[in-house]
Amino acid sequence: MAMTRENLINIILAVLLLAAPLAANAFGQPFYVTLATRIVILALAATGLNLALGLGGLVSFGHAAFFGIGGYAAGILATHGFSGDPLLFGFSGTNQMLVIWLVAMVVAGLVGLLIGAISLRTSGVYFIMITLAFAQMVYYFAISWPAYGGEDGLSILVRNQFPGVNTMRPLGFFLICYAVLMAVLGLFVLIRGSRFGSALQAARQNEVRVATVGIAPFRIRLTAFAISAAITGLAGALFADLNRFVSPSMLSWHMSGELIVLIILGGAGRLFGPLAGATLFVIIEYVLGGLTERWQFFLGLILLGTVLFARGGLLGLFAGKAKHG
Amino acid sequence: MDKIMAEPVLELSNLSKAFGALRATDGVSLDLHPGEIHALIGPNGAGKSTLIHQICGTLRQDTGTIRFAGEDIGALNTAERARRGLGRTFQVSSLAPDFSALRNVMLAVQAQEGSSFRFFKPVMRDVGLIDRSMAMLERVGLKDRARIPAAELSHGERRQLEIAIALALDSKAFLLDEPMAGMGPEGSKTLTGFLDGLRQEAPILLVEHDMDAVFALADRISVLVYGKVIATGTVDEIRRDPAVRTAYLGDHP
Repeated sequence: MAMTRENLINIILAVLLLAAPLAANAFGQPFYVTLATRIVILALAATGLNLALGLGGLVSFGHAAFFGIGGYAAGILATHGFSGDPLLFGFSGTNQMLVIWLVAMVVAGLVGLLIGAISLRTSGVYFIMITLAFAQMVYYFAISWPAYGGEDGLSILVRNQFPGVNTMRPLGFFLICYAVLMAVLGLFVLIRGSRFGSALQAARQNEVRVATVGIAPFRIRLTAFAISAAITGLAGALFADLNRFVSPSMLSWHMSGELIVLIILGGAGRLFGPLAGATLFVIIEYVLGGLTERWQFFLGLILLGTVLFARGGLLGLFAGKAKHG
Repeated sequence: MDKIMAEPVLELSNLSKAFGALRATDGVSLDLHPGEIHALIGPNGAGKSTLIHQICGTLRQDTGTIRFAGEDIGALNTAERARRGLGRTFQVSSLAPDFSALRNVMLAVQAQEGSSFRFFKPVMRDVGLIDRSMAMLERVGLKDRARIPAAELSHGERRQLEIAIALALDSKAFLLDEPMAGMGPEGSKTLTGFLDGLRQEAPILLVEHDMDAVFALADRISVLVYGKVIATGTVDEIRRDPAVRTAYLGDHP
């Protein structure tokens, strides 16, 4: 890969994100490791959305559904794994992250397929509203389902296990999340550069053109939407393990909005856009949130500035316009 | 040419489409034979665009049939019709603006190969895909502009790019919607020469306002007025047709 300015910025971001928690850990500051883990997981969730929104132009206002489904998959499996009660169809629970991730991705992907199959028949503001409506349905379902905590949510008593890593240590868990994010970013690069990615990006730019060469935009978008949902679901499973708690708030429309904000702050369609956005978001949340309860006001100002003066987000600001070859 | 014997590639029978009280397409029957350029002319508002939309599937006809390459395509969507070999260019260029000219053509080549569900191999390192696309750009004279984003191409270059895309689809018929629109006299002349040769590859249904180009190229002309085909014939027949003269050609020689 040629060393463009964007690649250089990406590498710096990736290194900083790894170095900062390592340093914090060395100085006995596990809180900052946890903060970095939060950045990584939010970036992962937003990277999922970035596939649909950034590459495909599909402004989903319902990705909290997938984030929450991933979270509940982790919570429910862990609960059953802990209690030993069998789950559906004779399956038992588990405390193995690898199994949990797989379940989270498959379930979120399938729900994504279902929601996408209906939502993608609309476009523009209708698409935004219908994805929101589906997410709200999942949200209210979770609230009114007492078996797994309902409104109060669901605690994971002991963080789930990963072979060879002590997941209860903040740094160990951070490294797992970091590795997952890097792997997914690698996948994002592959998909973006592939024939599928070409069709997806072309459908964002000009749907008629794509249909006229004989590619049905619907199938391309639906596939992208399901992959996107699976990635955000994976992030949800990690988020549940980070907090050792799942609640309907993971499914709320605030969460959907937050994911969109991360992408807009960082740069839609850019590989490291979600990570840049998540870093900025969590830092603002932490620094300003320590000073005032009204930190979101300042977040709003920054978002306003981004939309008005830096459409390409942080990466657009520092790395210039995206190149498409 | 034994046009009468050859099976038409594209055949519209009794096609009608109404928007409320407006009969935009009114019992149109039209065919396109191998090796020919069939020009469709008519004054503004005659229903040419509506007809094209029905042929390529963005609008559904109310009644009538559309046969293409021996198959009734009237119920298929745009992408399905394109996959069967209906190559189309637009009155106002319709491209992926952020993509380079090359990537626009590459999209068509991958579509033609039916391979848009490949997720891992980078297209920009796919030598075969790039070579096949470059060959199309070379044919329309855009090879030197391959890496320029479509949005930055000149008007004429975008028209050429649309034709390169239609070529890449290995089309069985071309549906060209005013390819000369906005071209300078020099560009029109070059394009006329190009289209003249293109008919050997696949027949062309040519919607065009540039009468010099139509008279130079067309084997047959159909005249559409108020949604109806009022005459179909050779260039000479159309020139002589009194109904056409009053309805459309006016003082044109």
